[in-house]
Amino acid sequence: MERDKKTTGTVAGIVANLVIVKADGPVAQNEICFIKHRDERLMAEVIKVQGINTYLQVFESTRGVRIGSEVEFENYMLEVTLGPGILSRNYDGLQNDLDKMDGIFLKRGEYTDPLNRENKWKFKPLAKKGDKVVAGSWLGEVEENIISHKIMVPFKMEGNYEVKSIAEAGEYTVDETVAVVVDGEGEEHSLTMVQKWPVKLPIRSYIDKPRPFKLLETGVRCIDTLNPITEGGTGFIPGAFGTGKTVLQHAISKQAEADVVIIAACGERANEVVEVFTEFPELDDPRTGKKLIERTTIIANTSNMPVAAREASVYTAMTIAEYYRSMGLRVLLMADSTSRWAQALREMSNRLEELPGPDAFPMDLSAVISNFYSRAGFVYLPNDKTGSITFIGTVSPAGGNLKEPVTENTRKVARCFYGLSQDRADSKRYPAVDAIESYSKYLEYPEVQKNLKENVGEGWLDSVLKAKDILLRGKEVMEQINILGDDGVPIEFHDMFWKSELIDFVILQQDAFDKVDASSSMERQKYMLSSVLEVADSQFEFKGFEDVSDFYKEVINIYKQMNYSDYESDKFTKNESELKSLLEKRMKPSVSESNV
Amino acid sequence: MESQAFQKIYTKLTNITKATVTLRASEVGYDEIALVHGRMSQVVKLMGDEVTLQVFAGTEGIPTDAEVTFMGRPPQLKVSEGLGGRFFDAYGDPIDGGPEVEGEVRDIGSPSVNPVRRKQPSQLIATGIAGIDLNNSLVSGQKIPFFADPDQPYNQVMANVALRAKADKIILGGMGLTNDDYLYFKSVFENAGALDRIVSFVNTTENPPVERLLVPDMVLTAAEYFAVDHNENVLVLLTDMTLFADALSIVSNRMDQIPSKDSMPGSLYSDLARLYEKAVQFPEGGSITIVAVTTLSGGDITHAIPDNTGYITEGQLFLRRDTDVGKVIVDPFRSLSRLKQLVIGKQTREDHPQVMNAAIRLFADAANAKTKLENGFDLTDYDERTLDFAKAYSEKLLAIDVNLDIDTMLDIAWGLFREHFKKAEVGIKQEFTEQFWEK
Repeated sequence: MERDKKTTGTVAGIVANLVIVKADGPVAQNEICFIKHRDERLMAEVIKVQGINTYLQVFESTRGVRIGSEVEFENYMLEVTLGPGILSRNYDGLQNDLDKMDGIFLKRGEYTDPLNRENKWKFKPLAKKGDKVVAGSWLGEVEENIISHKIMVPFKMEGNYEVKSIAEAGEYTVDETVAVVVDGEGEEHSLTMVQKWPVKLPIRSYIDKPRPFKLLETGVRCIDTLNPITEGGTGFIPGAFGTGKTVLQHAISKQAEADVVIIAACGERANEVVEVFTEFPELDDPRTGKKLIERTTIIANTSNMPVAAREASVYTAMTIAEYYRSMGLRVLLMADSTSRWAQALREMSNRLEELPGPDAFPMDLSAVISNFYSRAGFVYLPNDKTGSITFIGTVSPAGGNLKEPVTENTRKVARCFYGLSQDRADSKRYPAVDAIESYSKYLEYPEVQKNLKENVGEGWLDSVLKAKDILLRGKEVMEQINILGDDGVPIEFHDMFWKSELIDFVILQQDAFDKVDASSSMERQKYMLSSVLEVADSQFEFKGFEDVSDFYKEVINIYKQMNYSDYESDKFTKNESELKSLLEKRMKPSVSESNV
Repeated sequence: MESQAFQKIYTKLTNITKATVTLRASEVGYDEIALVHGRMSQVVKLMGDEVTLQVFAGTEGIPTDAEVTFMGRPPQLKVSEGLGGRFFDAYGDPIDGGPEVEGEVRDIGSPSVNPVRRKQPSQLIATGIAGIDLNNSLVSGQKIPFFADPDQPYNQVMANVALRAKADKIILGGMGLTNDDYLYFKSVFENAGALDRIVSFVNTTENPPVERLLVPDMVLTAAEYFAVDHNENVLVLLTDMTLFADALSIVSNRMDQIPSKDSMPGSLYSDLARLYEKAVQFPEGGSITIVAVTTLSGGDITHAIPDNTGYITEGQLFLRRDTDVGKVIVDPFRSLSRLKQLVIGKQTREDHPQVMNAAIRLFADAANAKTKLENGFDLTDYDERTLDFAKAYSEKLLAIDVNLDIDTMLDIAWGLFREHFKKAEVGIKQEFTEQFWEK
């Protein structure tokens, strides 16, 4: 967008946060502009141009704005500022630093700097004079909390450059020049630690984007064991309200094996964000021993914040994630909830009087969603290092009905599906992920299967599939029992049902509020699954069907005590031997198939 | 309504619909209020020099030469300590025969609290009702609705909650309240001697429906005044939010907006969230807690109003008549308080979370047993015991007429466990079983 003179305009119409402007010069789609109202400047984005009318969505309340108010077009799209100091920050959807704002209430038209300009960073050069570099090449690094934050050639710089000079190791602010590079024409460019990037465009500083293949541990058993997600994978969690979406999301963002976690709270409850603000500075990251907040950035557009900024918030979050991925880091991006974002699109589309698609959502919803999900992924960087963005979004289906546009369009693109079941939630079987309906497409990838074999165990995949079969069989048998009655089916049916209950209670259910049970290491998950499958493979003697449930309830109870105890602790082993003797008492002699 | 000097008076309406009027005017701000034929109106659309005004009381009888004066300000409320004990209409004008309240003028519908300035809610609100305190504990700064059919006694339960909650101020927002219910609230508060801590903004079924749209903002502006300026704990009661949402859909329909699910405006989620999110715990000690009512039609929670509400609020409370004990209970399956995790086992006894879960699980087993019974199958001994347990649990704990402290509720629950079950069947952490089983 090259322009000699700033375009200006005047307000010609207002309906809620849609403002129509008559501009006196060229404007661009998605260009940022400011509406002047008394001493306030309200930020807005061009979303449509029709003849002499330019349509803006305003990121603020338009209360009091008048016809004829002046508008200044800024000649750039909505951008984020990228540089050291993003981690541990709390931003709004437009990357304003919320902590820098004065007062209890948000003030309209107040925009704050996302970075700290005074802070000095310990810079260490990585490139040297004469190096050939391109956009995204690493020039140096600074320590940001626990990660090594790479200073890169700005992504906007197209073509090839040569490093002319680079700053010596030392302390610099983000605005000081740390490198000078020369382009093909011999022109010099001074580079600082800061760069900007328009959020709607993906950062493509990688050379290859293979299919994801590495398991990403989340510590949540029903994900890691049954339907694992990968580094660079995509997943989504649809669930009616009250089924535990947010608890599950928080559990993942606390425990997942990631270097950087970006949480986009998109149109959700403010108290849930406060929970993150309050708890993350206190909680330890078990992998580094540092506080969780050190690896976390929060983008908060809570449901009472301006709707237009809701759409921006997920893009802001994704762009920050891409920035950190370019440093060779494993980034986890969580968005709660993508439905609110879709609703924001719907509100705008409605005000624009566009012809609506299904459920009054805009027609291009499907394209918007798939475009966004495609920005996640595992990548090889130009220097052969790897980085990844694992993206998990929640979906809040209207009326809990999964046949609605947001869920259906997300299902087309996300590779993991963690469906939360109302029935499970009602009977307090948390996390309420429906193990039978849910899936991970990654389990079908040969490269993932190979990776699991090498890193978890040779027979792991078979065990997982077996557990799934037992769960499915248990469900079928349950239906039979419901039709025929307890004594209308053979005892083996009860045995089968209770074996699936065993897996449900011990593996699937997990107490997110218990210190020990909340997170389960892969080693522990492997141990527990093989232990439970061993029980499932055993044959026991029962006098009647009541005997079956009594026995398994006792078994489950002991297993639950084990889940509540530290792995391999005294309590854990004590419970285990208790379990062993209980099982042996019932075991049918001469069992041949204990092949796990 | 006050008037300003040098006001320009317009007298030519170009369009009149059931809810809006349109005229040509200049120097008008968005959201500004105006008087049209003496009726309060608000600017909802500006297009060139065409101004569309929403007339809250409806446009019946408005002529095309009606006088229109613009006030140059959004709707406002005068706030001061003088609000206590008073009853107002949707415009903030007294309806109790008393004088106008003097005080500082505040715009209603003020901006949101910066999320980083909020404090995590942590103060338990005890109501004495075990269905709430034991299973769905309320926390100050929370927002939670009753999802109830119109025939259920939600207003009574809400009044009980309000009086027992020990709030500094209770602010009632009545939307489409029947005159009988309005008088009910008035007499309950009067009889409790609590009238001076109560402020009411009431739109009854006798008033025009669109006026309701102002009620929650009036209520919350008053609530913010007490919570921020006086650091008080304010409890806001909003009944009935379904009628508020219906008013929204009337307006959006008259504005020719494309409806989304259930003929509700596409912005329903944001419209409701803007109000409910006013629930907050301030760091200086003040708080706003919102208890609302969303009436359902035939118990359908997938309808757009309860559905969007459920995604916004921090849980929901269901009332249900338990025919086995002949009492109204707080349904333990469908009710949920999301913030209970912040207080249970912390401000209450350590065994609270596990006791709560175990009791509900056993109650669910009883429901399964009941289904079996209804389908004509034999019950096992365990099934029989769960049924006995469920009856006692429902009667002694879930019924809305109990008034107990939380330790007593927990002791009663342990008593029921002991009476009907073996330890393994209850499945509570060993350390608690050891401590409380024999108690």
